Amino acid sequence: MAKRSLLNQGRAAHVFLIPWWLGLALVTAVPLLASLYLAFTDYNILSTPEFNGLENFERMFQDEYFWAAVRVTAVYVLVSIPLQLGFALLLALILDRGLRGLAFYRSAFYLPSLLGTSVAVAILWRQIFGDDGLVDRGLSLFGLELGSWLQNPSLSLSTLIVLNVWTFGSPMVIFLAGLRQVPEELYEAAKVDGAGVVRQFTRVTIPLITPIIFFNLILQTIGAFQTFTQAHVISGGTGGPANSTLFYTLYIYQQGFLNFDMGYASALAWVLMGAIALITAVHFVLSKYWVFYGDD
Amino acid sequence: MTTATTSLESARTPAKAAARRRGRRDVLKHLGLGAFVLLMLYPLVWMIASSLKPDHLILTEPGIIPSEITFDNFVEGWNALNRPFTVFFLNSLVVTVGSIIGNLFSCSLTAFALARLEFRMRKLYLAITLVSVMLPMHVLVIPQYIFFSQFDLVNTYFPLLVPKFLATDAFFIYLMVQFIRTIPRDLDRAAWIDGAGPFRTFWYVVLPLMRPALVTTTIFTFIWTWNDFFVPLIYLTSPKMFTVPVALNSMVDSESQSGVGMLFAMSLVSLLPVLIFFAVAQKQLIRGIATTGLK
Repeated sequence: MAKRSLLNQGRAAHVFLIPWWLGLALVTAVPLLASLYLAFTDYNILSTPEFNGLENFERMFQDEYFWAAVRVTAVYVLVSIPLQLGFALLLALILDRGLRGLAFYRSAFYLPSLLGTSVAVAILWRQIFGDDGLVDRGLSLFGLELGSWLQNPSLSLSTLIVLNVWTFGSPMVIFLAGLRQVPEELYEAAKVDGAGVVRQFTRVTIPLITPIIFFNLILQTIGAFQTFTQAHVISGGTGGPANSTLFYTLYIYQQGFLNFDMGYASALAWVLMGAIALITAVHFVLSKYWVFYGDD
Repeated sequence: MTTATTSLESARTPAKAAARRRGRRDVLKHLGLGAFVLLMLYPLVWMIASSLKPDHLILTEPGIIPSEITFDNFVEGWNALNRPFTVFFLNSLVVTVGSIIGNLFSCSLTAFALARLEFRMRKLYLAITLVSVMLPMHVLVIPQYIFFSQFDLVNTYFPLLVPKFLATDAFFIYLMVQFIRTIPRDLDRAAWIDGAGPFRTFWYVVLPLMRPALVTTTIFTFIWTWNDFFVPLIYLTSPKMFTVPVALNSMVDSESQSGVGMLFAMSLVSLLPVLIFFAVAQKQLIRGIATTGLK
């Protein structure tokens, strides 16, 4: 009887999983292999792909746009993620201890995260940092005449960094949920042992939420590597001025869908995936040294 | 007797003082946080104010409160492109509703099988689902584009909708699996004893109990699809098919003709559905992020 029902379940499972199977095959696995193949070809969508060995990868080394894209994306990730997570943690700590109006603050700080990747907010950012925008006018009160940040290659990337930091609300909400899990007794015990506020923070709070910090770090880093919309709208799709906002995904888009150089674009995409996989793996390895998963 | 009262009083006063001190600290905290909220939301407030100002005032009048209010930006902006925004809103609505239906259908089926049914390689399937969450879409998008263009489906909504019906938003599968695991298995067993097979168990027992997970999926699918720019930008080539973000972007390109005020007005209008969803579903949203880390 039990055996019959088990067989029955197995058969049913395959019916339930039909959409998933089709998706895995047609939307994920086949395209993944196809793009791996295309990465070693010259292909412009009209003619048939022509195998060209490692040419695409060799080309990358010579390609100043590729290096510009790598630099822009790396700077963006390295600067904006620590700032964003720092703000998120700081605000979560301030809000954590039984403050009235928590729900209001949480919603207010979370709102930018919802809107941050929209075209509308990118348009807004163009105006804020553009000629005579909010920032330009604000700084001129202090005698600083920087003009449009968007036209200035040394400032344009920072507008996008500010935009990413502005969306600290979603990691903050995750931090808040994590801080709730820290047992009150531990603070009491630390207090009895004579630990002050700072000690409680460094010896109790931080160790116990390292898994949440790690989780946020991975999630936000992977997301930041794939930033596209903001860069596209801010620079009008060019990645300018002087390639200063040429995000990696924007460059893939330009090569694949504007130049229809799909072989090269596939190679670029695989390098991106390799980089993300590598960085995630490194994070996991390093996590052994700083992430605390309880006594078990 | 007297000693008792004094000791009681002296015990109470420091407590009171501490409470008062904490009260004062909270006031300072609220002042600081309030100022920070204002700073954070100032750009949005500025956008709202600017959309109500005539063009010549937007970049010359620094304050938030408009000296002159006009709705021209909305009226003219709505018709600034060759088609009225009504078209783009309807397109976005079709894509968004389609995506929601697709995700609810395909992810719930998958999640039920992965969370409840016994079959070989179940753990492997679950692992594949989790790993695919991290897969950057940029590696897949070029072959997908070639695939859809071979079937002449570029410039239709199929490339946007088909993946949703094939359970490719693995985040939601994960969310639903987690949720189904909290539903007592006794309910399944009771249904089984009553003669229900896996399909009826899914439809009549588990699915109704999954409502919170379905609501979260609906909200996030709505917001993500509504804001999505990359995929529609690639596939939708003719303006009559544009979703709102793509239309907005094309308005930026013709900014010189359309003017800043209209751009602000239409940007604001494009955010309204998300803002409304946020206002209505805040609680589920926050709970959703807190439990799964969705953005």
